[in-house]
Amino acid sequence: MTLSVSDVKRIADLAYIEIDEDEAKETLNQLSGIFNLIETMQAVDTSTVEPMSHAQSVVQRLRDDKITETDQRELYQSIAPQVEAGLYLVPQVIE
Amino acid sequence: MFNASLKQLSLQLAEKKISSTELTTEFIKRIKALNPEYNAFITVNEELSLAQAQAADKMRASGKAGPLTGIPIAQKDIFCTKGWLTTCGSKMLSNFVSPYDAGVIERFNQAGAINIGKTNMDEFAMGSSNETSFYGPVKNPWDHAAVPGGSSGGAACAVAARLAPAATGTDTGGSIRQPAALCGISGIKPTYGLVSRYGMIAFASSLDQGGPMAKSAEDLALLLNVMTGFDPRDSTSLQRDTEDYARDLQKPLAGLRIGLPKEYFAEGMSKDVESAIEKALDEYRKLGAQTVEVSLPNAPLAIPVYYVLAPAEASSNLSRFDGVRYGHRAKSYGDLADMYRKSRAEGFGPEVKRRILIGTYVLSHGYYDAYYIKAQKLRRLIAQDFADAYKQCDIIMGPTTPTVAFNLGEKSGDPIQMYLSDIYTSAANLTGMPAMSIPVGFGDKNRPVGLHIIGNYFREAQMLNVAHQYQLATGWHLQSPV
Repeated sequence: MTLSVSDVKRIADLAYIEIDEDEAKETLNQLSGIFNLIETMQAVDTSTVEPMSHAQSVVQRLRDDKITETDQRELYQSIAPQVEAGLYLVPQVIE
Repeated sequence: MFNASLKQLSLQLAEKKISSTELTTEFIKRIKALNPEYNAFITVNEELSLAQAQAADKMRASGKAGPLTGIPIAQKDIFCTKGWLTTCGSKMLSNFVSPYDAGVIERFNQAGAINIGKTNMDEFAMGSSNETSFYGPVKNPWDHAAVPGGSSGGAACAVAARLAPAATGTDTGGSIRQPAALCGISGIKPTYGLVSRYGMIAFASSLDQGGPMAKSAEDLALLLNVMTGFDPRDSTSLQRDTEDYARDLQKPLAGLRIGLPKEYFAEGMSKDVESAIEKALDEYRKLGAQTVEVSLPNAPLAIPVYYVLAPAEASSNLSRFDGVRYGHRAKSYGDLADMYRKSRAEGFGPEVKRRILIGTYVLSHGYYDAYYIKAQKLRRLIAQDFADAYKQCDIIMGPTTPTVAFNLGEKSGDPIQMYLSDIYTSAANLTGMPAMSIPVGFGDKNRPVGLHIIGNYFREAQMLNVAHQYQLATGWHLQSPV
């Protein structure tokens, strides 16, 4: 598998991380090395193996549909970058 | 006092030879004097710690003290702690004063333990040397030119340098055991699901597990008694009967079958580490244990599998850091997407970005089956290897790390070399099995060597017994760099 600088930029775009040309080039070198390591996985035949997503085979618990959280808006918003009238402010999305 | 075990401190508090307020004051003084050199703590808050100490003294006076009441514990800066700066070692959270307590913090608070400070760590627990921290590297107390390991590097340093009687850590690929080994202390990652992940800032949710770091196995048992337990707010927390992890400490080891995976005693382990491990195994034979060779054929794949699964989960978990509700927001930006991109580019360090990019790629359209599903299939094969090995033995041993602590700066430019320092530890995260490290001597440059003890699921009490009996017979765990 070979990655290109444009692949790195595309991934960074998907991950919402701004990246410039120099960073993309450096990242490409490092990711290529890491993917060479990852590729060693392909040597093992796993066609009959079930994927294991979790260490314990447990089922999701259900809980009663009732309110357990109290209103802590002021506390939570006290650490927000920008709030006004109890709302989190972000750049305008809809014209 | 600084070398005392938790049991000894507890006794001194019970006999009123010292108060928690005095004990806490002494440790804070020591941290203030020595932390500028070690950089083991990101935050120390004398006022908050002393308020807890006074409350603990009152708790004791009213006859409600437990084994950890009044004892200072250093908390890894990954655990959200109400009213405390909780940074996770990142610029992204460098302004985050947590509005709530993690499940682990609540349990220590209920036990009357004192939070003595928040320890330094690799950014978002991604690293094996503590060098990815936004707050700078930590020094290894045994040799200030060496790394303490990571990601719980500040915790390991704090315990080894006697800046705290004990500490908490978290372990996603070896982050408790590797720094414990490199700093010559004891640390255990319990079975996945025993310690609440609520409020423990997520890296890779199916692998992350909190655990204690301390000077001895006996101390670890006391800490596990407080840290473990069901928490309904963690969707993978296990509902089990309460255990006393100290219950089997005194059992003799005669008849214990120790499995030695041939893949772990192969190329890669340095001579000095091998020699210390062999001596430790001889000691176990003297204590009546037998050693048997076992095989974990897929063990060499643990690192590649880990570096697909952990970044995949991380890329999803770290998408929450967007500069909207908390954390770093860029100063200038255009539209909303630009705000996300700039805030994340500024807030995350290079290693965290690298892992988010790996994770984003392996989960992206067209690559999911080739990488993510493939890695999950190999994860099952690795777990099956361990299940097979446990048919021939009770417990598995090997080195915790392939070498003793490396130098600061030695591997920071080479991610792959850094990743390989977790070659023996990451399998226990993939399988969810409990694993620990205890000090068993010294290697090159007089730097500590750790013995890795891997148990079957829920065998923590047995592992602590195995570690404690060794510590009764030897004195490595009592050696201190200060």
